Amino acid sequence: MSQLRTIQEINEKIAKGQVVVATAEEVISLVEKQGVEKTARQVDVVTTGTFGPMCSSGAFLNLGHTTPRMRMSKVSLNGVSAYAGIAAVDVYIGATEIPETDPANSDFPGAFNYGGAHVIEDLVAGKQVFLQATSYGTDCYPRQKLEKYITLADVNEAYLFNPRNCYQNYNVAVNLSDRTIYTYMGILKPNLGNANYCSAGQLSPLLNDPLYRTIGVGTKIFLGGGIGYVAWQGTQHNPNVARTENGVPRGGAGTLALIGDLKQMTTKYLRGVSFLGYGVSMQVGVGIPIPILDEQMLRHTAVTDAEIKAQIVDYSEAYPQGTGGSLGEVSYAELKSGKIIVQGKEVPTAPLSSYPKAREIAELLKAWILKGDFALTEPVAPLPTVEFPVKFEDQAK
Amino acid sequence: MIKRKVVLHFPATVVEQPFIYTLAKEYNVVANILKANINPRKEGRMVVELSAEDQEFNAAMDFLHSRGVQVLPLEQQIIWVEDRCTQCGACTVICPTNALWMKRPEMTVSFCSEKCIVCERCLKACPARAVEALYLSGE
Ligand code: SF4
Ligand code: SF4
Repeated sequence: MSQLRTIQEINEKIAKGQVVVATAEEVISLVEKQGVEKTARQVDVVTTGTFGPMCSSGAFLNLGHTTPRMRMSKVSLNGVSAYAGIAAVDVYIGATEIPETDPANSDFPGAFNYGGAHVIEDLVAGKQVFLQATSYGTDCYPRQKLEKYITLADVNEAYLFNPRNCYQNYNVAVNLSDRTIYTYMGILKPNLGNANYCSAGQLSPLLNDPLYRTIGVGTKIFLGGGIGYVAWQGTQHNPNVARTENGVPRGGAGTLALIGDLKQMTTKYLRGVSFLGYGVSMQVGVGIPIPILDEQMLRHTAVTDAEIKAQIVDYSEAYPQGTGGSLGEVSYAELKSGKIIVQGKEVPTAPLSSYPKAREIAELLKAWILKGDFALTEPVAPLPTVEFPVKFEDQAK
Repeated sequence: MIKRKVVLHFPATVVEQPFIYTLAKEYNVVANILKANINPRKEGRMVVELSAEDQEFNAAMDFLHSRGVQVLPLEQQIIWVEDRCTQCGACTVICPTNALWMKRPEMTVSFCSEKCIVCERCLKACPARAVEALYLSGE
């Protein structure tokens, strides 16, 4: 397939204010109107977006040295413990950590009103956070105790480092049992009372570059309202899955490890959330620009909700027991209609991942690129992928 | 069966009497105390949920009135904090009346207070804690 443009050429157009950008939603209607070929020649960049709960998130903070100096060995922020088993005043606060005093699920279903993700949200909101630290004391770091209020401005470095974000597709969760269950996929009512899914579908970053042709290590992205980067493939990244003809995974597949400066972020796109009976998580907003290097990339980004499939999984038995098995396959178009059919029963659906926010992020990223504030990057290393012979139907509609 | 959240006002003269015990023993009224306090003038105020069979409930109300206890209705209101709502949609399959509902295909969530029956299921089902209950006593 012949190359249409390079990332360098796109960046020159961005600098000159001549770049043409469409969101992953807009590109669908462009292709419907004028076909793949013309759209591919016209559009330089397609922007994607997603905003959903991503538990595998957290932040590294350098809390700054005190006088006398201290090698903090146990640290908590607003009562939430942060990992301090690294250098003197470096800590990692994980999104799902809860205070030791939280009754958790002993008062079932636990409310999980506050945790690591909320500490991160409070810091980003500019609020004061109570720091408590203890140490065993050393010759070079004699101080043994510290209690004080800090804000994000007082912290030297603060960056989000999320080991697993942007899951490329995910399960649709249902409950076949006769009692309500409380999961990371939300409250699932008994006897197929509801079906919860969690993906932005046609707007989602990795569903628009299903074979990771342009997204790689070092790709510059929108993260939590600021600028971030793809640091690595995410944990559990697995490209070897069943895919549809256009290369889109039929279930969970690729993931991304993301990094970004917390000080640039806003609570609009980074939020602590509480899942009843499950725990704390963080809603993270991510947007990734996709350069239209050739027609194949354009076809990938023009993928529609009707073409993206997900597997329906029972979270009362098959998922917790790890016995697997899909109860059926549905498309995101069906999921977004508000109801799907499972085992002959009509089941109402809910997203968990916010489509309006995903759209907002894709539009914001588009605006940044058009204004010349955001240039694209060449990945420095590819993500693990698979050889996949992509077949596209004739789209000259 | 009647179940009602009310605010009870006890004048200083009766504040030390065991009303909740009498309600339970004489009228089979189950009282779930939500809030109680006594002010410096020794007047008591209690926010309580009372439930009993219709006849006994009414008799219990007469008893309270006869002792000078004022019974005021407690109005609850559900507040949807639009700013905190992240439009995730989780509440829309939990709300029994579609008061919290999703407009499709836009996928935006909004709240229609007329449809809300104040069942409070959304309070903890909302991951972003964007729904709050406000208690307004008719005081
Ligand atoms: S209180 Fe009940 S009826 Fe009202 S919005 Fe919440 S879930 Fe719906
Ligand atoms: S669950 Fe909460 S945050 Fe999500 S749409 Fe409903 S009100 Fe908004």
